[in-house]
Amino acid sequence: MLRVEAAEKSFDGFKAVNRANLVVEEGAIVAVIGPNGAGKTTLFNLIAGIHKPDTGKILFQGENICGLAPYDICRRGIARAFQIANIFHRLTVFENVQVSVLSQQRKSGVLFRPAQNLAVEETNSILASTGLLNKARRVAGTLSHGDQRILEMAIALGSQPRLLILDEPTAGMSPEETTVTMELVKHLSQARGLTILFCEHDMDIVFSVAQSIMVMQHGQTIIQGEPEEVRQNEQVQEAYLGGALSLSKETSDA
Amino acid sequence: MFKGIVGSRWRLPIAAVSAALIFAPLIIPVFWIYILTLIFVTALLAISLNLVLGYGGIYQFHHAVFYGIGAYTTALILTKTSLPMWVGFGAGPLVAAASGLIIGWFCVRLTKLYFGMLQISLGSLVWIIVSRAYSITGGDNGIHDIPVPTLLGSSNGVYYFTLIIFMVSLVVMYLIVKSPFGCTLQATRDNPQRCEAVGINVRRHQLAAIGIAAFFAGVAGVLFVGLERSVFPGLLFWVFSLEVFVMCLLGGWFTFAGPIVGAAVVVALRTSVSIYTDYWTLVLGVILILLIFFLPEGVMGFLLKRLEPRPIEEGRPLADVAG
Repeated sequence: MLRVEAAEKSFDGFKAVNRANLVVEEGAIVAVIGPNGAGKTTLFNLIAGIHKPDTGKILFQGENICGLAPYDICRRGIARAFQIANIFHRLTVFENVQVSVLSQQRKSGVLFRPAQNLAVEETNSILASTGLLNKARRVAGTLSHGDQRILEMAIALGSQPRLLILDEPTAGMSPEETTVTMELVKHLSQARGLTILFCEHDMDIVFSVAQSIMVMQHGQTIIQGEPEEVRQNEQVQEAYLGGALSLSKETSDA
Repeated sequence: MFKGIVGSRWRLPIAAVSAALIFAPLIIPVFWIYILTLIFVTALLAISLNLVLGYGGIYQFHHAVFYGIGAYTTALILTKTSLPMWVGFGAGPLVAAASGLIIGWFCVRLTKLYFGMLQISLGSLVWIIVSRAYSITGGDNGIHDIPVPTLLGSSNGVYYFTLIIFMVSLVVMYLIVKSPFGCTLQATRDNPQRCEAVGINVRRHQLAAIGIAAFFAGVAGVLFVGLERSVFPGLLFWVFSLEVFVMCLLGGWFTFAGPIVGAAVVVALRTSVSIYTDYWTLVLGVILILLIFFLPEGVMGFLLKRLEPRPIEEGRPLADVAG
């Protein structure tokens, strides 16, 4: 469904992403892991169109989506939830999701019909499936951090994506919130048939949820494979257990 | 169309104010009827600015330029051509909207303060052209004794004409604010990056909002011609834009009706203070300072907070909040 081939991106001479490869099969839950600064968020930004890769290809359902604007990529079926709670603070929870649904239905430009009567069912169904329905009337800025992150995901769902990209969905969450969120991710994958791509620091979560794991280091792909295969891989073990110094030598000639 | 978008608690006050305005000419002296008419014109301008400023988060520093363009378009058609008068009145807002789209097309490429600086520059360019093109616009002197329909001959005629157009414009703008377009516009204000990520073309949305705001600024400009029967470059001078900006802040730029309050306060103050001193902008400056310290959300913002903290109870049925 999604293929990233040898994507590269540098900022001021620093190669944030350096020959990254990634394959996401339809319906799968795929995780990207790697130490801080490995280029995970930059890779997601390349896929979502926030940055344009210097070289390499990004294919979504066979089409090259390199260099398209973020809104264009979204309309093709890729939605993204952000690492920080990237929501509309002054709007209500309901409106936050509704804006996204209206955009998906191409109704953002409708001028003379009250918005509150449009896309109500779709919006409520997303709020219900993410457990936010009883908070629909609250102003989004007043929600707890955990709820804001879930709202963040709900906004992404509003665009009816085929591929949902989650950037560290549980960062800064309490253990209980983390459990709830990951259950939600699994549920969404099963109930809505969503393909999910996420990155995460918590290895327990990654190895329990993901069906395929891609490991990044210094902007490069070390390996992508099933959890067991990744766990056995020497380079990965070194990246997480051994020193970063010895590893950078190895990966540079890899 | 209106079902459920104006909260029930607001219907009575709105009806009362409308009734008072309709019967005002029977009891209020002519001079104050004139001031009231001027407030309608200015309030319409302020609300049109607030569409982009308060709802769109766009720093349109030089909004009065579209007011001036609307007024000048009508004035020029009425004085220099033999076209029917309704063409002159209709063309003002349309030309204003078109110029809004042209200036906006350049400005939406930038954000926040950079947007504002470019917008001031392009607007001032229009101002300098208007104030120097003596052969067409009369330059500094402006255009006076513009012929208007006999309907607008009396102060009551102008009053009712302005009131009706003002009310209709208010309703249309309110509908726009409550529409999917308006809702999305508020979302682009809160978080443009997130909007792009859910498939919204933010620049195009902002440009459309600027066009709409410029249209209504043009309507206000045309009403000004009807009221004063003259135009002058001061209408599109950037200092006047600043005054309109202050009206939005003063009234409360996160509320729909706030700018009306702001416009009323500023126009009334200017009128009454000018009787005693030439330095009325000094008073405005002091008000602005007090405002920033004590009422950062404006008069309406302050009152609304007192009257109804925005509903945060859970499980309340949708559809009964007036912005």
